[in-house]
Amino acid sequence: VSVVQEPAEGAALGGEPGGGPGGGQTSTARLAAYLQGGGVIVPLLTVLMAFLAGGLVILATGHNPASTYKAIFDGTGLNWFLPWTSSADRPAAALNLQQTLIITTPLIFTGLAVAFAFRCGLFNIGGQGQYLMGSYAAVWAGSTMAGVAHFPHIVLAALAAAVAGALWAGIAGLLKATVGANEVITTIMLNYTAIFVGQYLFGLGGPLQNDAQRSVPVSNDVAASAKLPVFWGDPQLQGLHVGLFVALVALVVFWVVLNRSTTGYEVRAVGLNPEAARYGGMSVARNYLLVMAVCGLFAGLAGAMDVLGWQFRVATNDITISQIGFIGIAVALLGRNTAIGTLFSALLFGALLSGTSQRNLDPTIFEPELASNLTTIIQGLVVLFVSADVLVLTILRRGRRLMPARRSGGT
Amino acid sequence: VSTAVATADALRRAPSARQAGWAGIALGVLAWFLALPPLLVRAPAVPVLVGALAVGAGGFAVSRGERRVGWGAIVAGLAGAIGGVASTRSGVDHLEAVVTWSALFAAMLRFATPLVFGALGGIVSERSGVVNIGIEGMMLMGAFFGIFGADLTGSWALGLVVAMAGGAVLALVHAVFSITLRADQIVGGVALNFLASGITGYLFVEHYGDQGTPDDVSRVPDVTLPLVKDIPFVGDVIGKMNLLTWLALLAALLLATFLFRTAQGLRLRSIGEHPRAAETVGLSVYRTRYLAVVASGVLASLGGAYLSIGFLGSFNQNMTAGRGYIALAIVICGRWRPGGALAFALLFGFSSALAQRLPTFSESGATLFQALPYVVTIIAVAGLIGRSRPPAAVGQPYTRE
Repeated sequence: VSVVQEPAEGAALGGEPGGGPGGGQTSTARLAAYLQGGGVIVPLLTVLMAFLAGGLVILATGHNPASTYKAIFDGTGLNWFLPWTSSADRPAAALNLQQTLIITTPLIFTGLAVAFAFRCGLFNIGGQGQYLMGSYAAVWAGSTMAGVAHFPHIVLAALAAAVAGALWAGIAGLLKATVGANEVITTIMLNYTAIFVGQYLFGLGGPLQNDAQRSVPVSNDVAASAKLPVFWGDPQLQGLHVGLFVALVALVVFWVVLNRSTTGYEVRAVGLNPEAARYGGMSVARNYLLVMAVCGLFAGLAGAMDVLGWQFRVATNDITISQIGFIGIAVALLGRNTAIGTLFSALLFGALLSGTSQRNLDPTIFEPELASNLTTIIQGLVVLFVSADVLVLTILRRGRRLMPARRSGGT
Repeated sequence: VSTAVATADALRRAPSARQAGWAGIALGVLAWFLALPPLLVRAPAVPVLVGALAVGAGGFAVSRGERRVGWGAIVAGLAGAIGGVASTRSGVDHLEAVVTWSALFAAMLRFATPLVFGALGGIVSERSGVVNIGIEGMMLMGAFFGIFGADLTGSWALGLVVAMAGGAVLALVHAVFSITLRADQIVGGVALNFLASGITGYLFVEHYGDQGTPDDVSRVPDVTLPLVKDIPFVGDVIGKMNLLTWLALLAALLLATFLFRTAQGLRLRSIGEHPRAAETVGLSVYRTRYLAVVASGVLASLGGAYLSIGFLGSFNQNMTAGRGYIALAIVICGRWRPGGALAFALLFGFSSALAQRLPTFSESGATLFQALPYVVTIIAVAGLIGRSRPPAAVGQPYTRE
């Protein structure tokens, strides 16, 4: 009866004794298989559980979870979509929503940077470093080359960021491909190295520090010709820039490359089972290198969108505080490493970040500094729940118990 | 008979080629050392000559099939020659400011302490078959709860107890997810690091706000050795070390003894290599792994506590700054052995100590030097990975038949 279902379930549960030896698969490969299946319910429940646990933390430390979450929600600007929001609240909601979407844009990119690696069985924790290298390159290219026309200047700056990110991630990819160095460790070390590179470049006396303000550790400002156009809101008040559309295009490109190209087929094959892919004549090493470079390209573009879209400069203080690359891990995992999933979970975390920011959260209800740590807790819980897919396991448990019985019954 | 003679011949030759390689590495180190205090040879020809000898020895070793040691000698020779020449060209006062050996070694031990604890934690966990990327988070828990406990109770000893409890709780979460729920251990570990960062950051802001942790918090004392203190070089290095540094060295010794000299240690290792076989002879895989993971959390938390109440006397958000991940790299480089881990922790500690003193040469480059430990980690992981074999069952969730 279950002949058609069996391979799918076997793949999903590879490593189970009933499903045959799963020793050839890496744990990330098993996870990749897990995460491809499943619908919307499981991620939604995961988020719900994480928010409930976060609420407990708020409660345990003597705050009111309901009013806190309400304040965070108002800070996101998502109430703009609600029909009953009064017209008096709408302008403020619109401003907040623009902030949310501005943060969603880089999160889509860093989410893709993690998701693409996962689909190849690699865990790219280096999104943060790749994002930073991209933003350094973007601010350098955007603040020099003064004579270039508007559109080409943007393209050049974004290209520089993409190349910088790809090269940075490529170091980890090369080491993985040639000597098998664990990409988790190398990408994390590259994150820290990228932070110090930035502090050197833009710190006092650094080679790319601001020419006019010699006592401030920031970069030069991005020239007007390299700034992304704003299409919603006031450009003076951080309106929403067109980078959001670039991110949406990247999602489509990600989906097409992964699902409709030979390269994507190879990437997925290596991700599901590197040994089988090698046996099938694919170069696992080449795929590792390529995938890491593409991941860096995505993350580098995230940096470009932030620098060219609304930051316009890189300050050494922001370099250490930035979490965009790290949150990309939660975005990708919650989005099950798919294009559409990445979009929605980037929106969720974008909303969470802007809702808990100093600018948007009402400090009389909940301290923004506490709230940003709350975001980290929720992010950790989401990743933790996804790592086990506790809910998936409970739902599948019945099926798993039935499976060997069905199999023995069939044969 | 002739093949036997040839084999015997080759066996006789192989050690000599390897010895030449190691001698080359030593010569490479010497090439640089000659140009540094206290010897301070000022002629650039000297390090170049000694470095060339090292490269020659390395080339000989490579030609006789000792590739890894040989290439190591060649690299050491080149680095020694370049470093040596650079040193002869820089000012003597600069060199003496940076290279004060006793201060460098003392700083090396200080920087190595949290790494040793973290790496020992990683070894315990991974030897039992559970990857623990969460070491970083467990260190962070130790750092916060150590100072929190010391502040509340007024006693550093109770602070350490609270720190260990914090690390153990986070480790228990890891154990539940990775052992009972069979979660992906790497992703789960990364999640724990986010969680620890959020929890400690949240509690830090909630309790200490903008003021930060109090200045007068009870701290783990230094151990002053009465007679040793007066010995010229040794006394400067170990005469007045922190109690936790001694504990770290002791823990490495104890763990090595436990893992390789006791039946319990053998059982732990067998579960990391082949859990099915271990269970067949009556060992409990689940119970052993639970204990190992919790022990790893306790060890890692001591490393964190050293940072907050041993070394700095304060806590900052995310103050572990990747030391837990460096500890994992040390586990790999040290081949899952406490002795090897100790050696590499000292190497990484030395690179941090050096990074701290190098700014004398260039003010704006100072920040760049801080990246040194992280870059060294990448190089070490890339260079040593081929020789290093993890426990066979590491990272694989275990299911009872």
